[in-house]
Amino acid sequence: MLNHRFLCRNEDLKEMLESNKESLKLEAMKRIVGLIAKGKNASELFPAVVKNVASKNIELKKLVYVYLVRYAEEQQDLALLSISTFQRALKDPNQLIRASALRVLSSIRVPIIVPIMMLAIKEAATDLSPYVRKTAAHAIQKLYSLDPDQKEHLIEVIEKLLKDKSTLVAGSVVMAFEEVCPDRIDLIHKNYRKLCNLLVDVEEWGQVVIIHMLTRYARTQFVSPWREDAMFDENNEKAFYDSEEERKVEQTKPYIMDPDHRLLLRNTKPLLQSRNTAVVMAVSQLYWHLAPKHELSIITKSLVRLLRSHREVQYVVLQNIATMSIQRKGMFEPFMKSFYVRSTDATHIKTLKLEILTNLANEANISTILREFQTYVKSQDKAFAAATIQAIGRCATNISEVTDTCLNGLVLLLSNRDETVVAESVVVIKKLLQTQPSQHSDIIKHMAKLFDNITVPMARASILWLMGEYCEHVPKIAPDVLRKMAKTFTNEEDIVKLQIVNLAAKLYLTNSKQTKLLTQYILNLGKYDQNYDIRDRTRFIRQLIVPNEKSGALSKYARRILMAPKPAPVLQSAFKDRDRFQLGTLSHTLNSQASGYLELSDWPAVAPDQSVRNVEVVEPAGAPALRKSKTAKSNEKFYSDSEEEEEEEEEGSSSEESVSESESEENSDDSNKSSSSQSEKSSSESDSEKKKKTLKNKKLQQQKPDILIITYLPPQIMQKTLLLIIMTKYILIHIVLSISTQFFVNCMCSLLHLCVFLACQFDVVSWHVHVSLQASSPVFVPETSHELLHRMTGKGLSAQYRFTRQPCIYGNSMVSLQLTLSNSSDQALENIHISEKSSTGQNIHRFNAIERLEPQASVTVSMGVDFNDSTQAANFQLCTKEDEFSVSIQPAVGELLLPITMSEADFTKEQEHRAG
Amino acid sequence: MPNHPVPVPSSVLAALKNKTIHLSAAKMIHSLFLVNASGDIFLEKHWKSVVSRSVCDYFFEALERATEPENVPPVIPTPHHYLINVLRHRIYFVAVIQSEVPPLFVIEFLHRVVDTFQDYFGVCTEAAIKDNVVVVYELLEEMLDNGFPLATESNILKELIKPPTILRTVVNTITGSTNVGEQLPTGQLSVVPWRRTGVKYTNNEAYFDVIEEIDAIIDKSGSTITAEIQGVIDACVKLTGMPDLTLSFMNPRLLDDVSFHPCVRFKRWEAERILSFIPPDGNFRLLSYHVSSQNLVAIPVYVKHNISFREGSSQGRFELTLGPKQTMGKAVESVLVSSQLPRGVLNANLNPSQGTYTFDPVTKLLSWDVGKINPQKLPSLKGSMSLQAGASKPDENPTINIQFKIQQLAISGLKVNRLDMYGEKYKPFKGIKYMTKAGKFQVRT
Repeated sequence: MLNHRFLCRNEDLKEMLESNKESLKLEAMKRIVGLIAKGKNASELFPAVVKNVASKNIELKKLVYVYLVRYAEEQQDLALLSISTFQRALKDPNQLIRASALRVLSSIRVPIIVPIMMLAIKEAATDLSPYVRKTAAHAIQKLYSLDPDQKEHLIEVIEKLLKDKSTLVAGSVVMAFEEVCPDRIDLIHKNYRKLCNLLVDVEEWGQVVIIHMLTRYARTQFVSPWREDAMFDENNEKAFYDSEEERKVEQTKPYIMDPDHRLLLRNTKPLLQSRNTAVVMAVSQLYWHLAPKHELSIITKSLVRLLRSHREVQYVVLQNIATMSIQRKGMFEPFMKSFYVRSTDATHIKTLKLEILTNLANEANISTILREFQTYVKSQDKAFAAATIQAIGRCATNISEVTDTCLNGLVLLLSNRDETVVAESVVVIKKLLQTQPSQHSDIIKHMAKLFDNITVPMARASILWLMGEYCEHVPKIAPDVLRKMAKTFTNEEDIVKLQIVNLAAKLYLTNSKQTKLLTQYILNLGKYDQNYDIRDRTRFIRQLIVPNEKSGALSKYARRILMAPKPAPVLQSAFKDRDRFQLGTLSHTLNSQASGYLELSDWPAVAPDQSVRNVEVVEPAGAPALRKSKTAKSNEKFYSDSEEEEEEEEEGSSSEESVSESESEENSDDSNKSSSSQSEKSSSESDSEKKKKTLKNKKLQQQKPDILIITYLPPQIMQKTLLLIIMTKYILIHIVLSISTQFFVNCMCSLLHLCVFLACQFDVVSWHVHVSLQASSPVFVPETSHELLHRMTGKGLSAQYRFTRQPCIYGNSMVSLQLTLSNSSDQALENIHISEKSSTGQNIHRFNAIERLEPQASVTVSMGVDFNDSTQAANFQLCTKEDEFSVSIQPAVGELLLPITMSEADFTKEQEHRAG
Repeated sequence: MPNHPVPVPSSVLAALKNKTIHLSAAKMIHSLFLVNASGDIFLEKHWKSVVSRSVCDYFFEALERATEPENVPPVIPTPHHYLINVLRHRIYFVAVIQSEVPPLFVIEFLHRVVDTFQDYFGVCTEAAIKDNVVVVYELLEEMLDNGFPLATESNILKELIKPPTILRTVVNTITGSTNVGEQLPTGQLSVVPWRRTGVKYTNNEAYFDVIEEIDAIIDKSGSTITAEIQGVIDACVKLTGMPDLTLSFMNPRLLDDVSFHPCVRFKRWEAERILSFIPPDGNFRLLSYHVSSQNLVAIPVYVKHNISFREGSSQGRFELTLGPKQTMGKAVESVLVSSQLPRGVLNANLNPSQGTYTFDPVTKLLSWDVGKINPQKLPSLKGSMSLQAGASKPDENPTINIQFKIQQLAISGLKVNRLDMYGEKYKPFKGIKYMTKAGKFQVRT
């Protein structure tokens, strides 16, 4: 019934469209647009709508365009009917019509018309109207995403448009450049100065794109201005208000900034005054990444100004300030009060402000900050209050003068009425006490007294851990606490139970006379607990501490393992090392690499040739029309002064160049450069990898102090214990064995990865939710390939396969494989392909059939197989024109896993989520 | 405590698995979804190939998790896309992004979209958008090309698509004419893209409003913790032709940090501290500024308060008195006091000396519409609050937010010196108005 009515309605729309009255047609189109806006399907009206594409009524035509762009992809054949209309319109004398025809034509995502689009773009790129040329620049991106094979031709067009002098075109063509060929930095050289000079007059969105591109460019072309910063650091605040003084300072320094580098900094500075927050942020990040450190503070005010803007803007700006404030406190310290929290702020804004305040804390201002924090602790927003307590903890560890004050304050909070506040205080106190345990046995005693009233499991667990860890400082209380816990063991939460077992074990080792029986009782309770984790831990502890004939070497080390001094946790900002991502980018905001992120390269050690940016002063022929319009412009009074100045600047800089040119070294080869930079990159990568590894280790030690202490043991025992832990933690013994042998050879680091791998396997759901996990490129890709088809059985055709360990492009769940087919017979083999019927259930993405393989030739193709996360072999038929060969691929477990990179914080977060 | 991930419906997972990865990353804004307060998508627009609206499930999940509507994170990653949203007028504008792009770029653009809607329809509500869906679509089509901003300047857009007015709607339905402009906006090509050519008025007038807002946090004892002045100059210029204006201040040194409308010539400001510009036609924000925080900020009102809860009693006392302070003899008007009372408060029984108050027992929001402060008879609000029986005494006293207006006063002391016009022959009518308002003005008790 409903369906029927819907059909009827569309029927009458169709009638209206086919009527002769313009107003009826318009009315119909408006209703259709309404349908599209609601997400309803109106595709069946396509034939009726497309007829109106040549309508004289502009509004009707525009609405038809909207419809066409939306549905052309689905109705490719019918869409072709409209093409000729656009082709005609491309030749229209009215630039508006030409531009809009190109806009729609390039938005129709139908592969067949690629050649037509290419032709239209090429023509439009030389159009006299800058508006049409701008449209052409936009069309480049559209064509590129439709057919990446056109890349080379499109780059030619981009090259041409980059030379364009119109401010209208500049932003759009740089956008196209970033999309199509961001690595072709050589195209920018000749246009660099022009872009710098045009920048102020480009529309605001274009400014953002150009500034981001120029930031990347500058990092490859200029040497670092950050050399002798130390002496300038923070105390030379006056220099940047007075540019002359600055010059002098620069002259005395051995480092001389490339005039082009200076040009960029000078020309972007006024944009800090833009009303567009994205532009201000773009300039700020440019200064952060390119300017000498002592010039940085000019961005501070502008960034603080942005905090007055909308909530979402505040969020992004605060994140960037948080990253900056870690490295350069001085920049934001005078503005500390701008980061005070208001009760009306959204929670994520509050947390970020707190983060920044904590970063800014130093000996001088800590008392002010702590007073402010006291207000926050009382906040009605309990999550925020908890975050404040953590912040206090961080201040306490960072600034030793106030550690005791903070600790006392936190102890007072223990009698707070709110549970979350108490719990958080306990956790933070635990961390603080770890840094200086001996003096604080009274605090531990106090906490033991409070223990009965605390119900939050995390807090209870923390207190128990403290008891166990420092049981020697509280020899009388600890056994009593254990006695109480033995009574309530069965009613406790899992994390509390684990800590009870821990406490029991530690007391057993230090004070076995009083606690032996209690410990045995608790271990017995644990042995029959419902949670396998607790059963495993109990078993492990029992073997470790109670010597018997089977326990062997480990129990000798029991005391050393359990009572080893644990490193104090490092309380540090979540924004530390965030600036590995370019500021202001999406990746920075998410703290994980977004797709399409272009990395900022390190400064080159030696500046590449500067003369590449020199441009002949002679006006290039072929733009007479432009020239005319420019002179016309300069007749207008208001514009003339800036225009002249620009030209002066251009001249000035070119004369400077001629000097620098003579100094500059001979051309460094392009390929040379890239290869060296690549090797640099890879070395730095491995460095960072190592760093990450040690960091992660540290972090793990904090989390599970008792377990990971084994890293201090001889390697053999270490391996055994590690295996033991893994086995008890995840009962996937066979996987562990098969992978771990392989992984131990590599490095410890893999173990961490492994945990994450396993975790992901276990918890597919959370994997999809926690998308902050980013698939990363594999650290190591084996070169070995496996035989798929021997040349004897294959009658001359042999095939080998290899796992590329790259994310498969054919589908999410597929594993990507590389197949090398070679012909060792003496005749050409024809039509090599995979047969359509697959004998097993796996889903296979076949490679395109190979028409012909010459004798002794070989070809490499890639394919994807969905193994359904099992190790079952994928069987399929490899066919040539004459024969069929059954082959099978058996994957190793390791090849089915997806490597991921995650920040330390994410890792711990994930780890907390794992049940176990 | 860590937030545990909420499981995603299996249908979403299945949909994700079937989706193939796009080969080339498309930049900028892919699609836009408009979501209302009850979590329904009421408009969608795609600038590239269609993205299924199931992508919004990730947004809804975040929405569910957020305790307040404002707490939804502005950037939400999903397996294949990134969602960037802004919340204005209780509508979420959710943009779908496929790859790296400066998030502020998208956020700023979305706010620009909202501003444009507001400009066109007077209000930006779900009903207004639904009523004008065709204009909305035409606007969005012009504002973005392939996800990259094309025309966001209101002057240009208004030439391309005429704002709907009742008269025009009537005329259009009778004559069948359209509200789409026939010509390429001349501004698009000129050196002053923000101004259209051929502007004509019979009365030439230029009005400037200097509006300053005080952001402050006042502590319990009445001393100022932090106070800042943020100001804007909003203009309404209706001048014929291509006027070139200059505006100068008596005391430009006060302006510590400024941001300009693109029309202002920056070099002139740098050199002479004079605002020189060719104005857009109609309403626009010429300048926003920040008065340096070194200057002492005059706080125009004071609050005497006594809010207390006694342990063990189910009653709390509430007393609030407002008074003027440093107002340079001007009256404090449109005063509105609001406060979020603690959760334990069941009801408030108060007695205002003037104005009216309301207390919402669900949200615990107390608001008191005071009106004008009479220095001879200070407004006060006194009475008792009833607390939940047995509940313990709240830890924190509520924060008090105050709004007010003071006409004919720029609290920073900023004064416009003169406004001159060049380039045109006629004599325009000029006017300047000053006003001070409370921005984020909070009193901690």
